[in-house]
Amino acid sequence: MTVIHDRPSNPAAGDEDRPIGYGRIQRKEDPRFVRGQGHYLDDIVLPGMLHSAILRAPVAHARLVSIDTTNALAHPKVVAVITGKDLLGLKLAWAPTLSADVQAVLVTDKVRFQGQEVAFVVAEDRYAARDALELIDVEYDVLPPLVDARKALDPDAPVIRDEIEGRTDNRIFDWEIGDKAETDAVFASADVVVSQEVVYPRVHPAPLETCGAVADFDAVNGKLTLYETTQAPHAHRTLFAIVAGIPEHKIRIVSPDIGGGFGNKVGIYPGYILAVVGSIVSGRPVKWVEDRSENLMSTSFARDYIMQGDIAATKDGKILALRTHVLADHGAFNATAQPTKNPAGFFSIFTGSYDLKAAYCSVTGVYTNKAPGGVAYACSFRVTEAVYLVERMVDVLARKLNMDPAELRLKNFIKPEQFPYANKTGWVYDSGNYEAAMRLSMQLAGYEDLRREQAEKRERGELMGIGVAFFTEVVGAGPRKHFDIVGLGMADGAELRVHPTGKAVVRISVQSQGQGHETTFAQIVAEELGIPPEDIEVVHGDTDQTPFGLGTYGSRSTPVSGGAVALVARKVREKAKLIAGAMLETRPEDLEWEKGRWFVKGDPSVGKTIAEIAMGAHGTVALPEGVDGNLDAEVTYDPPNLTFPFGAYICVVDVDPGTGQVKVRRFVAVDDCGTRINPMIIEGQVHGGLTDGVGMALMEIIEFDEAGNCLAGSFMDYLIPTAMEVPDWETGFTVTPSPHHPIGAKGIGESATVGSPPAIVNAVVDALAPFGVTHMDMPCTPARVWAAMQGRARPPI
Amino acid sequence: MQISMTVNGNDVTSEIEPRVLLVHYIREVLGLTGTHWGCDTSNCGTCVVLMDGQPVKSCTVLAAMAAGHDIRTVEGLATGGTLDPVQQGFMEEHGLQCGFCTPGMMLTARALLDKNPHPDDTEIRQAISGQICRCTGYATIVRSVQWAAAHPAGHGLDDAPATDYSAGTGLDGTDTAVPDVATETAETGTEVKA
Repeated sequence: MTVIHDRPSNPAAGDEDRPIGYGRIQRKEDPRFVRGQGHYLDDIVLPGMLHSAILRAPVAHARLVSIDTTNALAHPKVVAVITGKDLLGLKLAWAPTLSADVQAVLVTDKVRFQGQEVAFVVAEDRYAARDALELIDVEYDVLPPLVDARKALDPDAPVIRDEIEGRTDNRIFDWEIGDKAETDAVFASADVVVSQEVVYPRVHPAPLETCGAVADFDAVNGKLTLYETTQAPHAHRTLFAIVAGIPEHKIRIVSPDIGGGFGNKVGIYPGYILAVVGSIVSGRPVKWVEDRSENLMSTSFARDYIMQGDIAATKDGKILALRTHVLADHGAFNATAQPTKNPAGFFSIFTGSYDLKAAYCSVTGVYTNKAPGGVAYACSFRVTEAVYLVERMVDVLARKLNMDPAELRLKNFIKPEQFPYANKTGWVYDSGNYEAAMRLSMQLAGYEDLRREQAEKRERGELMGIGVAFFTEVVGAGPRKHFDIVGLGMADGAELRVHPTGKAVVRISVQSQGQGHETTFAQIVAEELGIPPEDIEVVHGDTDQTPFGLGTYGSRSTPVSGGAVALVARKVREKAKLIAGAMLETRPEDLEWEKGRWFVKGDPSVGKTIAEIAMGAHGTVALPEGVDGNLDAEVTYDPPNLTFPFGAYICVVDVDPGTGQVKVRRFVAVDDCGTRINPMIIEGQVHGGLTDGVGMALMEIIEFDEAGNCLAGSFMDYLIPTAMEVPDWETGFTVTPSPHHPIGAKGIGESATVGSPPAIVNAVVDALAPFGVTHMDMPCTPARVWAAMQGRARPPI
Repeated sequence: MQISMTVNGNDVTSEIEPRVLLVHYIREVLGLTGTHWGCDTSNCGTCVVLMDGQPVKSCTVLAAMAAGHDIRTVEGLATGGTLDPVQQGFMEEHGLQCGFCTPGMMLTARALLDKNPHPDDTEIRQAISGQICRCTGYATIVRSVQWAAAHPAGHGLDDAPATDYSAGTGLDGTDTAVPDVATETAETGTEVKA
């Protein structure tokens, strides 16, 4: 790691750009990564380890008639072939999902999506396992597929979940929030009402490392060690205890270095369970690593929301109310990972950043013959869909009123003095200064100049678009009184030990997938304890080594675990005060804290550093009564509220009038994540999310043909931005601390993924205004843009 | 079949199945796990290694095709314990997050700088355009390569890595108790851009 040689003097408190904990320092995890010494799942090799592969269904909907594994079992390198029938005997054929549904681990009765797991082969090596898949004979009785959510509730639609007794349709749930009567009344008397259907298509997180597991079941001790690509090791441990019936103290989940998660690695996939079964059956460790097609076709997708939006306003542009009905495609099993009591996650923050009189939404969830999942791809539990809806609707309204979209937003923002702000669907926004962020982004972008440039270009027939979007995120799930996942509350633990020489180890319950936890959390301890970040080791990703907590997703690491870490450091600091008092033979209340040491008030030369105090605690100092001989502490932090980061984004696109190709020329992102820790890491998080946004807005979509075939089964078809599709990002920030978070931090991981798609689509629609285009659905591919310019219906992709 | 090649300056000879991909040979036979695998279809570039100095996607090269060639992986970037300037640049400019695409990105950058020591940003973007990074958004990768171009000798032995504290603070000794939002006005600023 970086050795910090010249520590700068401390800028005055109140410095306007005041990140904490030494600010921009290099990451502690980078030295291993740049040497190729990261330790990812597929790098794990255990003695005697077997490999495995999953046979997947070639069709979307079919009765399983028979499976013949004889030839596969005859392969000299095959150790076992497991089918759904075998799992039925073990009571493992179906596993509970994270949304009170069940999911087939292996097909027993019926295939419900293309790519579904049908059989599992365990073999001596990777290639043999794949070879054996070809030797399994499966007979299917193909059924008509349902891949269009709009047809899911038709009377003649095939019933996908006919194994559920009494089920005669594909409806999963109907859910609503907000005051419908009040909202309808506001709409009825409004000057202006605009409606628009807004589709957020199915997309996929597609982390570069696919999902995988290495299961090592020790039959003698009954202990399971499971290495997994998981963002939530502790939650997985509890769920494995419940599902597999292995006592929880005999389960150790290890999440090694993770090659990107983005929500894709939250759920428990059949492959993980099958690796465990394979290890139990074979008596040897079993590795399972999916390939890219498996990842794209079977693991947790994102979005797939068809949203009908209505917005009501006065004729001079005061937004009054929002109303929406959503048709939510959950795929074949309702496996959405989300922590609220409602089935649409945090979608109810669709009221956005605006002070409304009324709001109402209803959501209908349906089953289709598509892969399950539903909350992934840095979506903050469906804030992404919510922000996309409201920010598109505001732009549609701006067009209707012939108002500038930035001006319309400025006119309707929640004002700084209105915080904490209770919106119309039950959220209490903690803090914000939206106008400041919006004005800064306009200043950085040179908004007025851009509009002038656009006008000139339009005169010449050039298609330039300027897109504005503002978002309010809701992250940091969450207070245990409101949030849980399968009954597990969402508090996070932290343990801090200061060793005798003053070096510290902090153990956290969240798991990094690239966010830099080993650096950021050391910086929080450094800020609180006054020892440098390089003297603090962060331990994470191993349930035997870390306190319980629900993991990293929904931008919750800093809002929840960051709070835990700050508080545990403060607890150690307070304990250090008592010990320092004993060492200095003075009353603790006569001590003052500064720069990593307690000193006697009025006599700064007399004091003890944290290192001296740690040695004292572990040494022979006569400790005060009730103080243990160590400098350790632990806490579990139950956040009092969620945090609400926000930001203002401006995107500039150029559209090729001949081909419909969209080029993102500039992107200005102003983010406010409250108190900042490491500006370098924050900027990196923003850049990554903006790139996700370009992908979703312009390139990424998982479509299906009428036969139920997934049309995005590889990176040849599922297009992800490269360096050529994205601009050099322009970022700025404001700082509005969270009033309830121990260090005022709000979280940043998903802000840009949430905020950027509407900015880009708004820019594309703005560019196409001369053609009378007022809306188009993502992704704005050349074919779709060109069709929109011709006034034609959009082509599939 | 028997194959021989040079990997990171070492001669290696192995008995393999003819169908073994170079990426699997490097990772599983030679145990060099810094080369990653991500897509099967030659799109993601996490498997990039240098073959005779040229970036190749080792998931679409048979190990047998690499026989007789000179292969360089991420493990061969540092020399004598000193990191290649590209490796230092990625650390300096936050050119990596999860680290999965990083070995391939760095090797392509090394090949680019060997041919073109002073590329402009567009040339860097073109060089890495066959590779995907899901985390960084590429701008910091471009800056990382530019850092390496500007520091062809990297950090000298006595020139410790410089950490820029200009945007940060040290310990100011204040208790960061719950900030009082009511009295703290929003502060604004812009990021330091390379």
